[in-house]
Amino acid sequence: MVLKVMSANQAIAEAVKLANPNVIPVYPITPQTTISEHLAKFVADGDMSAEYIRVESEHSAISAALGASGTGVRVFTATSSQGLALMHEIIFAAAGLRAPIVMADANRALSAPLSIWNDQQDSISERDSGWMQIYAENGQEALDSILIAYRVSEDHSVLLPSMVCIDGFILTHTVDPVDVPGKGDVDKFLPPYKPDHAYLDPKRPMSIGTFTDPNYYMEARHDMELALEGAKDVITKANSEFAEIFGRKYDFIEKYRSDDADTIIVAMGSICSTIKDVVDEHRDNGEKVGLVRVRVFRPFPTEEIYDAIKGASNIGVLDKNISFSVGGVLHNEINAKMDVKANGFIVGLGGRDIKPTHINEIIEKTKNTTKTTQWIGLNKEEV
Amino acid sequence: MEIPEKEFLAPGHRACAGCGATIGVRLALKMLGENTVAISATGCLEVITTPYPETSWEIPWMHVAFENAAAVASGVESALKSLGKTDTTVVVFGGDGGTADIGLQALSGAMERGHNLIYICYDNEAYMNTGIQRSGSTPYGASTTTSPHGKESFGEDRPKKNMPMIMAAHGIPYIATASISYPEDFMKKVKKASEIEGPAYIHLQQPCTTGWGYSPEKTIELGRLAVETGSWILYEIEEGEFKVTYRPLQRRAVKEYLNAQKRFKHLTDLEKERIQSHVDAVCIELKV
Repeated sequence: MVLKVMSANQAIAEAVKLANPNVIPVYPITPQTTISEHLAKFVADGDMSAEYIRVESEHSAISAALGASGTGVRVFTATSSQGLALMHEIIFAAAGLRAPIVMADANRALSAPLSIWNDQQDSISERDSGWMQIYAENGQEALDSILIAYRVSEDHSVLLPSMVCIDGFILTHTVDPVDVPGKGDVDKFLPPYKPDHAYLDPKRPMSIGTFTDPNYYMEARHDMELALEGAKDVITKANSEFAEIFGRKYDFIEKYRSDDADTIIVAMGSICSTIKDVVDEHRDNGEKVGLVRVRVFRPFPTEEIYDAIKGASNIGVLDKNISFSVGGVLHNEINAKMDVKANGFIVGLGGRDIKPTHINEIIEKTKNTTKTTQWIGLNKEEV
Repeated sequence: MEIPEKEFLAPGHRACAGCGATIGVRLALKMLGENTVAISATGCLEVITTPYPETSWEIPWMHVAFENAAAVASGVESALKSLGKTDTTVVVFGGDGGTADIGLQALSGAMERGHNLIYICYDNEAYMNTGIQRSGSTPYGASTTTSPHGKESFGEDRPKKNMPMIMAAHGIPYIATASISYPEDFMKKVKKASEIEGPAYIHLQQPCTTGWGYSPEKTIELGRLAVETGSWILYEIEEGEFKVTYRPLQRRAVKEYLNAQKRFKHLTDLEKERIQSHVDAVCIELKV
């Protein structure tokens, strides 16, 4: 294995090159842009043979991706923040039309105020669309998740799109050592996409995206729910085959020193690296602190998270998003779906640093259970 | 000209009696044949032809949303290209709202990028699917539900957006206007569009019985009146060369066209004269 130092954006571009999609419609947006640039260069250099469409907006990026996917080929696109929000309408259409599109989202705050920095409001706001969502912690996981996402999305029992989410700047613009797998291994794990049902082919004409009355719509949505829940088994199988071939084992969640922990922090994405350091310090002092990192957010791994946190007396859930007047989304979903009393913390909005001192503050605050969502890291004096 | 007998838009769809849009689609598909993929924008055509689980389309067809048909078609065309299926024709059908208003950006992008596809705008001059609201393609003086005539209003107070010339500004190889009432002219243009490498745009005027306010058997007659009065001019722009493809022997008075429709019924003689002068100016410029 040869490790190469690269940003998570480059790691994603390398994964896309290995997955070899036929069509890549993309529109630049910070901090996703370098994914588009790397892919453009691969195509320009003849390292990829994809049709690269320089669309005029993100709305057209996802629309062209859906058109291409409807024609029965593998597609990739990438976006961030305002771009994802602009895609919103077609995000739902892509899932409803059961198109196995894979898209990277460089997590960035939504305007207003305008911010180019990281939080996860953009992708969290698309949680009800029917897409699968994976939150990566580092560049290696970003690369691997793209391959796993294609494998799961294209499974004939699933046929739902996937979003691989990476924290803007924190991952997109910092470098990590990454193992870029060999093409042969990737081909073993991810065979070419063969559509077996609805796609545009003059030899067997079909109508895709028809108009439905109340006799049919609800069943179509129910089928999506079944497919997303059913995707859990497909993800488990894909993870274990991935581990066999590449030696890296992923799961719905990652448990870090949480098995015997009294206090557990639940979080998603790159912040988990900081939390692991803080957990280690507490463990050094003999305090039973642990982390549960949620990696697959959709389908929501209720059982896995519950099993991992139910034994703890103090639970703190970190959200880099806010559902106004309700609180953090991950926190509320955990409290709604599980017999636990977790405390919710809003952190890191619009790129606000989350420091080890903040994590310590959260660990301290989990000792008193409260239903009130607590904002951590606010400036003391409001400007 | 021989018109192929084979139909690719099956009967039994839910269009109004006298619908002009379905006539246009039937004629276009006859020329394009079975090795064609069609994309529709949301609108009358999509709703009336695909009431799930039925469909009128005997060729592959896809609809995603209102404003993105040209972008969806860009993806389809690129996917077909990647599969080496470059002999398959990609055709888009968008209404005037889906083309001149909400879909203009996606259309502009697709044309500018040079995708090999045909975009046919079926123009009934208002949002007919939602019940006759004004679009950018609604002509001056027309009464719609959002530009109604009244004590303070004579109806639509802006001229019709000139979509074909917006397309011409993209420098694409083929642009044409057409009318369902001149099938031979229209079908020749569809054929030409399919043979040209690169984007082609055809702006097809099609009378709408409910939106324009006339009885269903007069659809073809209304389309003819539009052209014979010079209110709608048939032309093409091939590789930058402008050519009028039909000239009425003797232009008829515009009020014959206006008086045949409920949407213009409220106009005073003075307003009709104003419309006549505008039509005269355009026709003199184009030598029609």
